[in-house]
Amino acid sequence: MVEFTLPKKSRVKKGKSWPSPEGKRLKEFKIYRWSPDDYKNPQVDTYSVDLDKCGPMVLDAIIKIKNEQDPTLTFRRSCREGICGSCAMNIDGTNTLACTKAIDEIKGAVKIYPLPHMPVVKDLVPDLTHFYAQHRSIEPWLKTETPEPEREWLQSPEDRELLDGLYECVLCACCSTSCPSYWWNGDRYLGPAILQQAYRWLIDSRDEATGERLDNLEDPFRLYRCHTILNCTKACPKDLNPARSIAQVKKMLVERQV
Amino acid sequence: MLAPKPESNNETVKIMSIHSERPLSPHLMIYKPMLTMMISMMHRITGAILYFGALFLVWWLAAAAAGPEYFSLVHGYLTSWLGLLVLFGFTWALIHHLIGGLKHFLWDTGAGFERPMLEILAIFSALSSPALAVVVWAIAYLVR
Repeated sequence: MVEFTLPKKSRVKKGKSWPSPEGKRLKEFKIYRWSPDDYKNPQVDTYSVDLDKCGPMVLDAIIKIKNEQDPTLTFRRSCREGICGSCAMNIDGTNTLACTKAIDEIKGAVKIYPLPHMPVVKDLVPDLTHFYAQHRSIEPWLKTETPEPEREWLQSPEDRELLDGLYECVLCACCSTSCPSYWWNGDRYLGPAILQQAYRWLIDSRDEATGERLDNLEDPFRLYRCHTILNCTKACPKDLNPARSIAQVKKMLVERQV
Repeated sequence: MLAPKPESNNETVKIMSIHSERPLSPHLMIYKPMLTMMISMMHRITGAILYFGALFLVWWLAAAAAGPEYFSLVHGYLTSWLGLLVLFGFTWALIHHLIGGLKHFLWDTGAGFERPMLEILAIFSALSSPALAVVVWAIAYLVR
């Protein structure tokens, strides 16, 4: 359902400004806060960071804030090099990974929110349970009928190349949570990340469940809520192209009818 | 040994109900308005406008069928400055939606998804629809 405003208890209030440290090159960070431990609405707190004493990425800054100013600031992070997908959040109005987003790319205060239109566990940590369940629903593993070979399933270099631009996905959910269709119909629409994974198995030369997989996707909601809005492709921090993948799935569905 | 019993269950119940009331994170209001998204929204909006525009067209045709008196009344409304503005808006919406449709046609073939191409298509939609609407009206006035 299209809902432009947030439910009453989700509305964001003005938060507090934390004492600014000494420094010449101070940068403001406005960060979404919500804790299940008090009974308040979410709020946006303002912190200042001295860029001369901080690493170049947004993740460096929020780790610095957590270490030196406010240990209660909560976010997910792990690899700090764009390979784990943990630190996905909305920075400066678009979804991206905090670890690969440079602070100096952002003019003015750095605004940070959790991934959009998701239930918030705490601060910048969204609940991704449903997203993972949707990934499970497309059965993201090799399905075969022919007897297993004695060694690996073989694939020609050309067939392997078809998976380029798909296997690199780290399931950070930046694309899915950037999509207005996913905001309004995420309960039933699979969203760009999951559909791209579905496509990754559809075109894998070793997979033998293509028909079954297409049957499962041919649905007004699961697939066809994609209206090529393109926020997904614009958001992807790995420069992949979920919009294109979804178009390919739609094309496969047409092609099998002719 | 049993774990110590919590002093009161009320706190647990309270916390659990809070968990089920997790806030929804902000979405449309915090997302950066990008040209591609705006053009897509305009496609939706112009589609809705076309419904109402079609009603105008039916009204005009029905007026013609109803006789010269009623037709001249409706014709008067439609050729007033407000009527002309509405009709120009309708022409623009029609062309915007048409271009959008052609763009979707291209995308349905699986082409046109390269990153610079997406921007070019969006800019093309934004500029071509008002320009073509002006062209249509210029021709209409010239052949009148």
